[in-house]
Amino acid sequence: MTVGIVMLVHTALNRAEQVARHWTASGCPVVIHVDGNVANRTFRAFRETLSDDQRILFSRRHRCEWGTWGIVAASQSASEMMLEHFPEVSHVYLASGACLPLRPVQELIDYLAARPRTDFIESATTADVPWTVDGLDEERFTLRFPFSWKKNRYLFDRYVELQRRLGLKRKIPNGLVPHMGSQWWCLTRQTLSAILQDPERETHDRYFRKVWIPDESYYQTLSRLYSSNIESRSLTLSKFDFQGKPHIFYDDHLQLLRRSDCFVARKIWPHAERLYQAFLTDGSGAMKKTEPNPGKIDRIFAKAVERRTRGRPGLYMQSRFPNHDWENGITCSQYSVFQGFSELFENFEPWLAKITGTRVHGHLFALERAELAGGQTIINGALCDSAAKRDYDPQAFLTSLIWNTRGERQCFQFGPGDNQDINWMIARDPNAQVSVISGAWAVPLFRSNRNFADLRKEAARLQKIESEHLNILRSPYSKARIRIWTMAEFVEAPMEPLQTILDEIGQVSPRRLTEAPTMVNLEGFGQFLQNLKNQGMHPYLMGDFPVDRGLSDAPKPARKPYLMR
Amino acid sequence: MGALQSYGLRLQRKRWRIRALRKRRELQTVADRTDIIAPQDILLFSTQRNEKLRLPHFLNYYRDLGVNHFLIVDNDSTDGSVDYLVSQPDVSVWHTRASYKRARFGVDWLNWLQRRHGHGHWCLVVDPDEFLIYPFCDTRPLRALTDWLDASSIKSFSAMLLDMYPKGRLDAQPYVEGQDPFEIACWFDSGNYTMKRNRQYGNLWIQGGPRSRVFFRDMPAKAPALNKIPLVKWDRRYTYVSSTHMLLPRGLNQVYDEWGGEKASGVLLHAKFLDTFSAKAAEELERKQHYAASVEYRAYAQSLKDDPDLWCKWSEKYINWRQLEILGLMSKGNWA
Repeated sequence: MTVGIVMLVHTALNRAEQVARHWTASGCPVVIHVDGNVANRTFRAFRETLSDDQRILFSRRHRCEWGTWGIVAASQSASEMMLEHFPEVSHVYLASGACLPLRPVQELIDYLAARPRTDFIESATTADVPWTVDGLDEERFTLRFPFSWKKNRYLFDRYVELQRRLGLKRKIPNGLVPHMGSQWWCLTRQTLSAILQDPERETHDRYFRKVWIPDESYYQTLSRLYSSNIESRSLTLSKFDFQGKPHIFYDDHLQLLRRSDCFVARKIWPHAERLYQAFLTDGSGAMKKTEPNPGKIDRIFAKAVERRTRGRPGLYMQSRFPNHDWENGITCSQYSVFQGFSELFENFEPWLAKITGTRVHGHLFALERAELAGGQTIINGALCDSAAKRDYDPQAFLTSLIWNTRGERQCFQFGPGDNQDINWMIARDPNAQVSVISGAWAVPLFRSNRNFADLRKEAARLQKIESEHLNILRSPYSKARIRIWTMAEFVEAPMEPLQTILDEIGQVSPRRLTEAPTMVNLEGFGQFLQNLKNQGMHPYLMGDFPVDRGLSDAPKPARKPYLMR
Repeated sequence: MGALQSYGLRLQRKRWRIRALRKRRELQTVADRTDIIAPQDILLFSTQRNEKLRLPHFLNYYRDLGVNHFLIVDNDSTDGSVDYLVSQPDVSVWHTRASYKRARFGVDWLNWLQRRHGHGHWCLVVDPDEFLIYPFCDTRPLRALTDWLDASSIKSFSAMLLDMYPKGRLDAQPYVEGQDPFEIACWFDSGNYTMKRNRQYGNLWIQGGPRSRVFFRDMPAKAPALNKIPLVKWDRRYTYVSSTHMLLPRGLNQVYDEWGGEKASGVLLHAKFLDTFSAKAAEELERKQHYAASVEYRAYAQSLKDDPDLWCKWSEKYINWRQLEILGLMSKGNWA
């Protein structure tokens, strides 16, 4: 009782030779199929080098092209040869030239000897698995594929389309239920010989000859007819990437492979010298066993696929530059934008930094320079405060800032006096928390000592800009978490909105706010607004502010900062 | 992309190819060892001028990665670098006195050599101060990368230029022949880059880094381009358009994913800012052989008078490719 290895080889013949000798050294006979595309001279030389080993045979050669019948034909001829020449073989293992046994061969022999009636072949019905990459699952079995996918993609696709449109379908031979799975199997002599010696084989072959990628369905389907005990998994460790081609193993995967509990791995890079040295040794030279941890391989390759298809959210770089709306996260983490707060409160920025522990910037998009936190001129990632550089690509400035400071929440001030080119991006970004006190830009004007004509002009300008910004924030395309208060509303009860914002930031201590920022003195602000109105400039964004008529002359005591208990 | 535009690019590609053919006459063979190039070899193409100091480390670095043959155009060197190159068994050398600028900064010469010798090979086009870093470069040779690219049907590999600089004055630590330049210039900017799509050619246009931060602070639009596509499975119909920033046909420039994913990419560490830089900048200003009337070198000369420190508090110290990957400057893509 032993296991016979059928080996399909097309390149890296020297590695195939090494592996074949490794198998026979443990008593496993090997039948090698060399791709018909390999030059005759190369083939003869290869056969010559292995001629000293009586347990290595070469089967009739077929031309193998990916996705076509040739690979099945190759495995059929080689399997027939194996069954005929080596009667002691009880299991046949289909492997490729890029397969590498990870565990001592004797372990595989023992394992199979203990399960003499079990066929190891991954075999699932098409309806139940989402494996296929090209979108052809069911149709693999019902359409015809006379054109090469590799060489004649255009005709391949057009012919598939045509058949779909005309509703052409092939009849599946009686009794067959299409199954698919990994092409690398290990079958018992009973099952394999039943498939190969079936009186109906001619019918089956004729049918599968025109199925798409038959090597993933021929044995998988037919073994369901004959096997008494199918274990639907492959003994070969093989990982596939998002395009359906196998991942390749290199020297640096050595530790990973040692911890896999699979018998055979593919695909091995032919120049991975250390892997071949480490695994192709006899039992005594084999490395001592380590705790198997096959999940780790799964995770690494799943992550690679994820990186290729989804990428890192909020990252823009030379090989990831997503189209509009395909960013999968415009920025990489959450941040807060405050509009009108530093105008209304005297010490808003230090207060916010203290109470939330976040990094609080001034007006990042101020016209003169980016007001980075703490008055710095340069910040993480060597991003600098130059307005020219920032305005060259404001979106890149913000996404870089958020990316560079991963792990620390950023807050910044914004207002109608700033560069507005960033507005749409922030509004579209679900990571943005935007809080606006509309009309608060009037407070600095109110407190300034400028000519009223200038103030009127400036107020009109800022109001127009902020109004446009609010339209963006209120548009149906906005995805940010947006809160807008008029100034009048906010001044009425400032603590509640502040608490809501801070709760959402979520880094506040669980106690309620005890210390509030100091609001600027707004005495006379109502009159200021009325003056603007009297000049024909109606400020409306701040809501209804009562005009202080100056009826009571007694000066009110200065307003105390808000305190909630 | 309309048919007309597409045809326009086709004509342009032909024009660059004809130009390369014409410019080949400027090249004199000094040492032609191209007959030893085997079909699977990885080739490196470069132009150089007075880089004797840098060449030994440059050649060794790429030999270690697995480059099989070097094809180098010497632009009128006077420092003995030609003799040095000729003495190397795996280097073929051509010499020219013609104008670097009028050969479109060497592109025409290399386009010709690649057309002649690069067909069907993986070709790396780098300057003597550019050092390729790719995912797993500490454990896997360049051949592993090109085999994987072949298996994935990828024809071009992007590696953005990353300017490296020392801490302190540029001339504080002189570079010694054969030395690893990144022992001195081991700092870089990790997160101040901007990207724009070039709609015509389909490539990304990347700017930023220390040069933009220090020399082009007030005119960032003029900062030099950092996007590069140095590694290409060459076909004789291909042509570089402008340095290694972009190629034709334009499909080769599609080295970035547009649907949220990341393609595999590397980085070219740029060892420009060493003690040799001031002299080089002065000389290049004199020769006026560089891009856009040497605007770059004029900007340098201006700032170099005050001997600026490119280093800042937020500069990042280079460790390895994994660091660059985590910072988001390059990506493994789906190579694992």
